[in-house]
Amino acid sequence: MELDYGLTEEQLMMRDVARELADKKIRPVAAEYDEKNTFPWEVFKEIAASDLCGVYIPDEYGGAGGKTPIMNMCIVVEELSKACAGISLSFAATGLGTIPIILHGSDEQKKKYLPDIASGKKIAAFAITEANAGSDASAIETVAKKDGDSYILNGTKQWISNGEVAETYTVFAMTDKTKGARGASAFIVEKGTPGFTFGKKEDKMGIRASSTRELVFQDCRVPAANMLGKPGRGFMIAMDTFNASRPGVAAQAVGIAAGALDLAVKYACTRKQFGKPVMANQGLGFLLADMAMKVEAARALTYATARTVDKGEGRPTKYSAMAKCFASDTAMQVATDAVQVYGGYGYMREYPIEKYMRDAKITQIYEGTNQIQRDEIAKALMKEAVSGKDD
Amino acid sequence: MALRIVVCIKQVPDTTEVRMDPVKGTLIREGVVSIVNPFDSYAVEEGVRLKEKHGGTCTVVTMGPPQAEQALRDCISVGADEAYLVSDRAFAGSDTWATSLTLAAAIRKIGFDLIICGKQAIDGDTAQVGPGIAVHLDLPQATYARKIREVGEKSMIIERLLEEGVETMEMPLPGLITVVKEINEPRLPSLKGKMRAKKYELKKLTAADLDLQPGKLGLDGSPTRVMKIFAPPPRAGGEVFKGEADQCADKLVAVLAKNGVV
Amino acid sequence: MPKLKIISDKCGGCGQCVDACPYDGIEIAGTLAKFKDSCNWCGTCKDACPFEAIVVEEDKAPAAAGLDAYKGVWVFGEQRDGHIQRVVLELVGEGRKLADARKEPLCVLVLGDKMEGACKKLLADYPVDKVYYVEAPELAVFEAEVYGKICADLIRAKKPEIMLAGATCAGRSFLSRVAVEVHTGLTADCTGLAINPEGLLMQTRPAFGGNIMATILCPNHRPQMSTVRPRVMKPPAAGTGRGGTLEKVAPDKARLLSRSKILDFAAEIEETVNIAEADIIVSGGRGLGGPENFKLVEDLAKALGGAVGSSRAAVDAGWKPYSHQVGQTGKTVCPKLYVACGISGAVQHLVGMQSSDTIVAINRDPDAPIFKVATYGIVGDLKEVLPILTRKILERKGK
Repeated sequence: MELDYGLTEEQLMMRDVARELADKKIRPVAAEYDEKNTFPWEVFKEIAASDLCGVYIPDEYGGAGGKTPIMNMCIVVEELSKACAGISLSFAATGLGTIPIILHGSDEQKKKYLPDIASGKKIAAFAITEANAGSDASAIETVAKKDGDSYILNGTKQWISNGEVAETYTVFAMTDKTKGARGASAFIVEKGTPGFTFGKKEDKMGIRASSTRELVFQDCRVPAANMLGKPGRGFMIAMDTFNASRPGVAAQAVGIAAGALDLAVKYACTRKQFGKPVMANQGLGFLLADMAMKVEAARALTYATARTVDKGEGRPTKYSAMAKCFASDTAMQVATDAVQVYGGYGYMREYPIEKYMRDAKITQIYEGTNQIQRDEIAKALMKEAVSGKDD
Repeated sequence: MALRIVVCIKQVPDTTEVRMDPVKGTLIREGVVSIVNPFDSYAVEEGVRLKEKHGGTCTVVTMGPPQAEQALRDCISVGADEAYLVSDRAFAGSDTWATSLTLAAAIRKIGFDLIICGKQAIDGDTAQVGPGIAVHLDLPQATYARKIREVGEKSMIIERLLEEGVETMEMPLPGLITVVKEINEPRLPSLKGKMRAKKYELKKLTAADLDLQPGKLGLDGSPTRVMKIFAPPPRAGGEVFKGEADQCADKLVAVLAKNGVV
Repeated sequence: MPKLKIISDKCGGCGQCVDACPYDGIEIAGTLAKFKDSCNWCGTCKDACPFEAIVVEEDKAPAAAGLDAYKGVWVFGEQRDGHIQRVVLELVGEGRKLADARKEPLCVLVLGDKMEGACKKLLADYPVDKVYYVEAPELAVFEAEVYGKICADLIRAKKPEIMLAGATCAGRSFLSRVAVEVHTGLTADCTGLAINPEGLLMQTRPAFGGNIMATILCPNHRPQMSTVRPRVMKPPAAGTGRGGTLEKVAPDKARLLSRSKILDFAAEIEETVNIAEADIIVSGGRGLGGPENFKLVEDLAKALGGAVGSSRAAVDAGWKPYSHQVGQTGKTVCPKLYVACGISGAVQHLVGMQSSDTIVAINRDPDAPIFKVATYGIVGDLKEVLPILTRKILERKGK
């Protein structure tokens, strides 16, 4: 049995569809894409055909988000990540690139971009990180200069998930360098816009099935109508986006942890040493019990946070940070322990488990390192203590 | 042309999960799930693809107990338009003769241009119901279809996968085909498909709806009788060759050849 | 054949019948057993009941009249390009035994064109009493509808008691049409045939993926018809002819018209075979030592024209995808030949393959449990044995 998280009938269907797809279409090819370091186009087509791409997109723009878009997204990301976190990122990073449009796009922008993303026809990406602007988003060096009814973008974005494979990019650039963080604005940039090219393709430790690239803007002219919200609102849009997207990273981490746990338990029950399954040794049994508890706790926190975000009351920054941080730390620990359960075999590339450990690491790093998450949580705690009320 | 396609399916226990209790000599059913007969899922996929390509409708039909409803819903979730459950206590004990008669009557009532069946069911492995339906409805048939090459107004061209090669056949419509797994790769259920399947109101047919004489249904209408069921006899170990690999291989090949295995 | 009845006074609701039922056809409703729609009246529950609460109910259907008019055993003389197929000889061997048990003649039914010579040769070489030969250009190539009509006409005219055909694509495709047309029973893919004391044909066949065997009768309809799995029965020795006669039968021209048209035939051997259906499977296990050595298994499978299987250990090790896994948590298979390479033979693996006709085990460890079920075994190093075996198979096929 599984814990009852009060999922709706529709959410249970999303889970079942994603689970079957993960088992039948992702698991068999996960090692191959990991090895080849290539984007899983065939698998993404399957995800699109399964109607899952729209689960977090409003119904009026072709999605099935309803009142629980983020929870829906978490359910799907978790299931896909159980089989391969790299492949699931094609879906999850599209979410990250799309959420700014859902939250801050105009009706025209939503009508133009969301239906194709909801149907899986197009992939999206989110571009804020630069060589010198990682955790410090106010240090962005890409600039957008107003020119008539366009903006001219110049600069280079780094480590962009879904870079090149995406059609729709949410790009953050400074429209007024003098204002620091308040001088950043967000733009929707379409692939193929003159002056927009792709740089280096990264060779990563994990999530190797995802495409991670540089985006290069050289006098790239973007219509002013493609700006999300007002000039100078970029940083706020990014923060809003992270509040909504971090539960998704948490879900990815939960998926990695759950997938690794599952393999570890199966292995421990079949691997025999000293004439009995290694699972029969209390030392190993306790280790697996601890892993299972952590996974379930991370899942509970992730789901509760996703629900809170969906409710849309107040700013859920603290909880989104908690979910992302706790779940990703859990993923790293559980995946590492799972390798331990496999013993020497676990260290071998022939076996599927070491990949979970490599994939898990990124969840502690991207969409804000876990140090940044803890910082956010601490700031929120302090703020609450001083003001005497919730943020 | 728009085709009215009827696909016959069967709900079966997943025989890859079925095991025999070696002590009691009975089947262990625990944990064995019911699935759509895998060969039938290729039939459903082909029906849905033909409908998507040429227009028309894809209707699935099964004869079975009320629990078979789930199998029909699974077919709706992968794109079938309509589903009929042919169910009646009077059908119990049907062999392939009575089953094909009953299904033929149901299909006649539903209306059709093309009937698609899986090549056989994995529990019974008879491969007899498809051709049986064809005779009851006086239709031409193309068994073991691995590809539908063309669909015309009055006929279709089908590649049949036989033991020693591929036969290409032109079959007039209406007609019946049975498909092998090489014909396609069935899609997974989509979210919208699952939602539709959940809400879909199944159509039901009973013996009374089919105007069949009672004596031709179920056990009474079945020429064959299962006399007994037993566990396959356990095997005993045979001849083991030891020593030089080359000589062992020679002996093995010789003995296999002698017994017609290779 | 009888239906079954539950005597409620005797039934204790213990559920042993439920455990025993292979069809999920009986349940405990409240405290009593009750037949479900899925019941096949096979009677397994009757034998399992410790209280004798399940009894046979009188069969009210009167025995069909006129069954005695049906005499003799017929074998369908499947031919391709005018050549009688091997399975026909296998059926002649088995049919001879049945005919002798019934003290009736054994006949072969050949449909074809320009095959008189082949028919005569069959009569000269093998213990066949009579060949019915229907000659027409339209019958040169098998087509299910036409063959079905001609065969049904002959059955109605000559009234054989038993009719056998190979469970081949052709046999299965047309005999199921014949059975419906002449209104009789047909048992598919039999692996055992015998005559019971009442003179009925006992047709035994595997079901549920080879996990159980079922014996089937056709008591009130004639002929009793079976398709028989190829390579199960042994062909009789040549030179056992008994001077049988050839009877040419003129077909009804109207019955030779087919609605379908065969356009082309292209010989082709499938390379990738689904292990659940493959006739030959070569499987590898942990004993291979590493994924690179699976190549040796694949080479042998290719040489034999078979599919590649795997033990769970090798799948768990990531050497092969799950779709190749044979055993309790993988697929159950029953090929004609199963070659287990470096598979120790854990019971979980054995349940998935032990109904294979011939099992060959190759393993370094002479005490490996796989040898207990193997028809033939080689004790030796796979890396040495497999390439040699592959070469010898290819040499043999080259001849």
